[in-house]
Amino acid sequence: MKSEAGTLLTLAAFFALTSLFAIGGANSAIPEIHRFAVDVQHWLSDRQFADSFALAQLTPGPNLIIVTLIGYRVGGIAAAIVATLAMCAPPCVIAYLVGRTAERFKGAAWHNAISRGLVPVTLGLTAASAIVIVSVADINWVAGVVTLATAVTAFSMRLHPLWAFAVAALLGAVGLI
Amino acid sequence: MTSETDPKPGQALLSPPTIGQLFTTFAAISLSGFGGVLAWARRILVEQRRWLTADQFNETFALCSFLPGGNIVNFCVIFGTRTRGPLGALVALGGLLGPPMILVMIVGAVYAHYGDVPVLHRMLTGVAAAAAGLMLAAVAKMVRPLFKNRAVAGPAIALATFLAIGILHWPLALVLLAIVPASVAVAWRRA
Repeated sequence: MKSEAGTLLTLAAFFALTSLFAIGGANSAIPEIHRFAVDVQHWLSDRQFADSFALAQLTPGPNLIIVTLIGYRVGGIAAAIVATLAMCAPPCVIAYLVGRTAERFKGAAWHNAISRGLVPVTLGLTAASAIVIVSVADINWVAGVVTLATAVTAFSMRLHPLWAFAVAALLGAVGLI
Repeated sequence: MTSETDPKPGQALLSPPTIGQLFTTFAAISLSGFGGVLAWARRILVEQRRWLTADQFNETFALCSFLPGGNIVNFCVIFGTRTRGPLGALVALGGLLGPPMILVMIVGAVYAHYGDVPVLHRMLTGVAAAAAGLMLAAVAKMVRPLFKNRAVAGPAIALATFLAIGILHWPLALVLLAIVPASVAVAWRRA
């Protein structure tokens, strides 16, 4: 059993490093957070991870509040704050520095190359996040049907996420999932 | 009441926000957003408050999506800095993150007590399954433009990223340190 300070340090180091590779935001880091929190540290079970992800989706705010929730689960309020700040601080410092100088390199060739180079990587990361959530949430065929039906509906029309969540939660409440 | 429509071209922007307005505005943006805060950031900053033109918003957002970390977090830091300096950035961040953090910790405390109730767990499983579906739809929407220019490099890079992270569960940092430079090099040569 690790000391409390040791756990806080582990959380801070992990999320600070992960934040630099979360292209587009915390949802790109879902597989990495799952790998570390569930497989490496055994802080949560698959089921608790799926529940945490769902609760973060149901709470208004940026996607990165899943990090707050996982920190809270691991070590209460202090860990929640440490994890969230670690996930925010490195990108915020970069945004602060770049935000003051950005006018100078706008439209540069290397800037365009990086932007275009990140597109397929972001796509791969989003697909990886989806498959990781599928693997922890789709515990039976009904949940799998909910995933597919939501995907098809959201792809073919504008769908407010809360509608999809409400229908899916109702199916769970009546015992179908 | 504020207008919901875009300000007309040439219409003057309102004076920049005060420190207090930065906090309350980003808190409002944050708490309005389920599954994507961006649409609300645009509506509130451009259409209601008129602190940015639509072009300024798009340019700042393009810059943010190119930086590591959450787009809206980066947006909030850059907008706060440009209007009220470093203190503005901190206050805007506090507005964006503070209220949802408190909310989600309350949610976490409730879950710690009632998470084992089967019906609650089944409802959350349903929500996670639906959220996975929303992500799949986002992937499907990103796939089409990738295949448009008939190059194999883009799809190959996307597939390699997906396999390494989603199936093989390799560490994110190591995978991206290999794949991102390769992908940027391909984009550079094609330019």
